[in-house]
Amino acid sequence: MDIELKILRYDPENDRKGHWEFYKVEADPDERILDLLHKVKWFEDGTLSFRRSCAHGVCGSDAMVINGENMLACQVLVKEVSNPIKIEPVRGLPVVKDLIVDMEPFMDSYKKVMPYLINDKDPGDRERLQSQEDVEKFEDTTKCILCAACTTSCPVFWTADSYIGPAAIVNAHRFVFDSRDEGSKQRLEILKDVNGAFRCRTAFNCTSACPKGIQVTKAIEDVKRETLLNN
Amino acid sequence: MKIIKHSFDGVIVGAGGAGLRAAIEAAPHMKLAVITKLYPTRSHTGAAQGGMSAALANVEEDNWNWHAFDTVKGSDYLADQPAVDILCKEAIDAVIELEHWGLPFSRLENGKIAQRRFGGHTVKEGESPAFRACYAADRTGHMILQTLYQKCVSMGVEFFDEFQVLDIKIEDGVCKGVVAFELSTGDIHIFESRAVTFATGGFGRIFKVSSNAHSLTGDGPGILYQKGIPLEDMEFYQFHPTGIYRLGILLSEAARGEGGILRNKDGERFMERYAPSIKDLAPRDMVSRAIATEISQGNGAGPDSDYVYLDLTHLGAETIKKKLPDITDFVRTYVKIEPINEPIPVQPTAHYAMGGIPTDVNGRVLSDEKNTVLPGVYAAGEAACVSVHGANRLGTNSLLDIVVFGKRAGESMLEYVSKTKSTSISDSAADDLVNKVNNLIEKEHTDEFSVGRIRNDLQESMEENAKIFRSEETLSKQTEILENLRERYENVTIFDKGKVFNTELMEAIELDYLLDMSESTVASALARKESRGAHSRQDFPDRDDGNFMKHSFAFKNGNSANLRYKDVELGKYEPMERKY
Repeated sequence: MDIELKILRYDPENDRKGHWEFYKVEADPDERILDLLHKVKWFEDGTLSFRRSCAHGVCGSDAMVINGENMLACQVLVKEVSNPIKIEPVRGLPVVKDLIVDMEPFMDSYKKVMPYLINDKDPGDRERLQSQEDVEKFEDTTKCILCAACTTSCPVFWTADSYIGPAAIVNAHRFVFDSRDEGSKQRLEILKDVNGAFRCRTAFNCTSACPKGIQVTKAIEDVKRETLLNN
Repeated sequence: MKIIKHSFDGVIVGAGGAGLRAAIEAAPHMKLAVITKLYPTRSHTGAAQGGMSAALANVEEDNWNWHAFDTVKGSDYLADQPAVDILCKEAIDAVIELEHWGLPFSRLENGKIAQRRFGGHTVKEGESPAFRACYAADRTGHMILQTLYQKCVSMGVEFFDEFQVLDIKIEDGVCKGVVAFELSTGDIHIFESRAVTFATGGFGRIFKVSSNAHSLTGDGPGILYQKGIPLEDMEFYQFHPTGIYRLGILLSEAARGEGGILRNKDGERFMERYAPSIKDLAPRDMVSRAIATEISQGNGAGPDSDYVYLDLTHLGAETIKKKLPDITDFVRTYVKIEPINEPIPVQPTAHYAMGGIPTDVNGRVLSDEKNTVLPGVYAAGEAACVSVHGANRLGTNSLLDIVVFGKRAGESMLEYVSKTKSTSISDSAADDLVNKVNNLIEKEHTDEFSVGRIRNDLQESMEENAKIFRSEETLSKQTEILENLRERYENVTIFDKGKVFNTELMEAIELDYLLDMSESTVASALARKESRGAHSRQDFPDRDDGNFMKHSFAFKNGNSANLRYKDVELGKYEPMERKY
């Protein structure tokens, strides 16, 4: 079938602002949107720029806005979206070129929540014991692939980029609820800040946007509650 | 284009499991940079699913010697046995260490790390399938990558994200540093560094149907190969039996470890005929060959009779949800069927390079078949060939390989840096790369010589002629095709002439490495006139220990390779016929 792609392009070396470009490609209904972008790049217009790597939703490189919603281009099939297909970079992070945004502010927020296990006790020479029930308390948030689909779908983040954002809170959740971790006091202190978890207005955009199906809004609520209990 | 110079003691190229593990070892004691063309958490280690083996004996009696036996037998006796002993012995501490750093393993009732069955892993040297693979649901690789990155963040390791290393400088046989391209600016960076570790992963993109990321183009092996360093055992490329039909997306062997069954179009459990004792849990090379044989005999399913089924329908919704959540989601997303109720169409997919940059057990790169060490240069992970996987890798042993030998490469860098003085690299170090980039930018674009078209033809022809079954005829044909593709590549052109995120320019340079990987693979495969592990010659169907119990070393010679050989290091396991 013939598919029409409408892509928001921006070349920092020649354009003052973004503009739409149109492409027609032959596609099979089972193909991924990423496959269509590749068809344009490889056989029509090599200047079209986007990030991608694994092509099956595990590396998190190709988050973009497809027909108005945040998705991974490799995780959506042609038959699941209406034609013509409109593709834009994610919102709230500076656009560098075409569909590529500057990830550094996003990674800085992630690093602020101390996203690593804190526990100074000697664990001995075997594994620490942990029940499967305890694993399941934070298992959902371990799935995060740092694609930024959640954070860049958040209306609070769009208006205030000082907000730490859903992804950082998800990664804090992953350790706050891990029975082996002892760093929650410091972490929750960071999340209590004016730009922390309480800026969330429970719009649920993040939950809809997450390509791994993480219950992001619920995780943020869990962290808010823990912050209050921690006082 | 600006040229910027940095000075480090050590540089690690690639930030997947091997690179990050090496970094954790080396970073506290030297000025270290980790350079990656992606963001670290986007490395393909994250796509590994089923588990990481270690004889923890959490479920049943186990012993690292049995793990070593299985690894050697799985390798079709081509692995170096002293290296395999190290892998399997150090596996235990490697798993425990990851748990201590926070890896969220799935757990048993008693709170210990859970372990599952996997292909080719047995207890008591073949008695029955072993519960040896430690796992975190079916996202073990993702959790290893995340945990190692988290550890690096906590240590303040210095990363250069989205910088692509494209050259190494070796003067008088001594490493001086690397040259990289900064994707976001198009600037060239010279990294003065007397120790360099390559942990760039595999090159599965030489084939059309592959489980590998687009970024797996053999950059590390390619850079060294072009400098005259040989590549070891390139003819051994693993095809994973269960890729999603046409897409090649990996469906973990854990699916069969949990009880999944392969069936042909008639619903027959055909693995009973090929491996009567361990059936669907036979090693990958045997299962992939069995599938290819079923398909060629007309037993494939579908309108083109070109796939078989992976049947999970008898496992029950609860097991699937708890133990195989991610891979069953892939099936729902890409095939639009419910694997709880319907069998999944699968076919073998290009998956893993057993071969690569030759190293010793300490990650030191060897510059020939006589074990000559190249001072200051190291390699680990899929980019390297130690060799612990020989002619066929067992499932779960790659995640083990990256942490065990990643750590060892980091230790070797440390030792080298502590014994040597800082080096100086000349300002002209960037010249070769600057010229390469300028040539590509200045050449006018033509469709005929576009990156996409040449690469497409490469992948389709490798798929056709150098996949599971090979012969003199198909490999000679592929040799000719590769010569033609190399000629076209000499004229390759790009459309994008910009500096910022010129990903087309990077793809053009990566295509050079893909051609190198293909040429060395085909030359090595043509010269090995026997069938062993993943290398299956229809014209030489038997293993020939008399002539070929040895590793191949392919040295670049124009568009082809010169081959030399090195004896396999044997140990306590005598080569025997490989039956399961």
